[in-house]
Amino acid sequence: MTNKTACIQVQRLSVKRGKSLVLQDIDCELAPGRIVGLLGPSGSGKSTLLRSIVGNQITAGGTVTVLGQPAGHKSLRHRVGYMTQAASVYDDLTVQQNVAYFAKVLGLPDAEATRVIEATDLQDQAKRLVLDLSGGQRNRVSLAIALLGSPDIVILDEPTVGLDPVLRAELWALFAKLAKTGICLLVSSHVMDEAMRCDEMLLLRNGKLLAQLSPGELLRRTGASDPEDAFLRLIASGGLGSAPPRDPSTARHRAEGEGS
Amino acid sequence: MKRTAATAARVLTQIRHDPRTIALMLVVPSLLIGLMAWIFTDTEVFQRIGPAMIALFPFVVMFLVTSIATLRERRSGTLERLLSMPLAKGEFIFGYALAFTLVAVLQTVIAVSFALLVLGLQISGSLVLLFSVAALDALLGTSLGLMASAFARTEFQVVQFMPLLIFPQFLLSGLILPREQLPGTLEVIGDWLPLSHAIDALGDVAAGTEDSGTWASLLVIGAWILGALLVGSLTLRRRTP
Repeated sequence: MTNKTACIQVQRLSVKRGKSLVLQDIDCELAPGRIVGLLGPSGSGKSTLLRSIVGNQITAGGTVTVLGQPAGHKSLRHRVGYMTQAASVYDDLTVQQNVAYFAKVLGLPDAEATRVIEATDLQDQAKRLVLDLSGGQRNRVSLAIALLGSPDIVILDEPTVGLDPVLRAELWALFAKLAKTGICLLVSSHVMDEAMRCDEMLLLRNGKLLAQLSPGELLRRTGASDPEDAFLRLIASGGLGSAPPRDPSTARHRAEGEGS
Repeated sequence: MKRTAATAARVLTQIRHDPRTIALMLVVPSLLIGLMAWIFTDTEVFQRIGPAMIALFPFVVMFLVTSIATLRERRSGTLERLLSMPLAKGEFIFGYALAFTLVAVLQTVIAVSFALLVLGLQISGSLVLLFSVAALDALLGTSLGLMASAFARTEFQVVQFMPLLIFPQFLLSGLILPREQLPGTLEVIGDWLPLSHAIDALGDVAAGTEDSGTWASLLVIGAWILGALLVGSLTLRRRTP
């Protein structure tokens, strides 16, 4: 039984690459207005799961429903913002030209490009070629494009890679602000410290979903003092020994109760 | 239509930020045509092959530029991002085609002006038709480049498609040996290849002997362009493994 309030529903999702299963029977539901962290080591299948939700991934089985439509449905192309792991921007265009082009593709006015450039604090770099920017600044250009048009769901693949701690903190503050407006943010990371900034986490390893729970719950149930240790304990125990919570509202109440 | 125009404008802006490429695209064809004229000084050969050179350069240059540019789109992730947005495949492809055709027309204007005014090449037919054939050539190179980029994973591989897709057309076009003197099978193949028709059409324009055969050649080139663009669009997939 699926939850009608969920903005993303993944049921028994499997993805094959060659002969190997990259994702195996993934089940999860995500509610709007929350930051959901997709955490796991490199090669655990995070990007593949995100691509499946965007609708760019050929899947081997299962279903992915986004805002009530099959993932990748034409009607979702305005409603889902996607930031790929590589910056996926044009090096030989300025920040302004990059964002303005993607805004045009989305049928948005130039003012919208200006808005997201300001939201990602790129005003000072707007006239510079992306080629001349640092890795962190390039990531922010990519993020700005994902935020164009105020999408209902924003999917961010390792958005904080290469950012200094100050920028990282700023970015997470921006994510929190966006979540408060009702947007569902799904953010992947292999840095376990970032888990504590999420309302909820999906823990992935070797293509399997180990758990879906709040950061506080992870610490409590594993008895660990930090998320990295908790993740290691989780792997050692082979999971939490119970099915991950399927009802996002239940997870939300739990997270709120823990103040995480 | 707006997205096609936006894509074309974006591609042209990218080119504008690369002055070295602009210089190479616009100047090199004229230099090579000049070299050809120099080699065949005091002979009638340049008058015969000069128009063919005008057909060849937009075709080859646009093939290379398009195949590498679109491969870069595929590899950098921008194509995946674009296809997750409301951009139709046709809008993407025709955006590229429009941008590179405009560049090719500019390239042809420079090359033809140089050939006519500096090298003394004589064109008896319509200059408008001459530019139209050259623009079609460029579009042909663009469409084949789009297609080739789908079958390559690296820039190194995509350049290897040039010997496969371009050289045979050059060899069978009648430039090296008149097509009617080729072995029967090769003559038939050559008669269907688009570069042969481009060279034939430009030869007609240069000699001022345009007739229904010239227009038939343009139709054949157009059919090849549509076919290559269709195959190119089929290779743009929203879902990938």
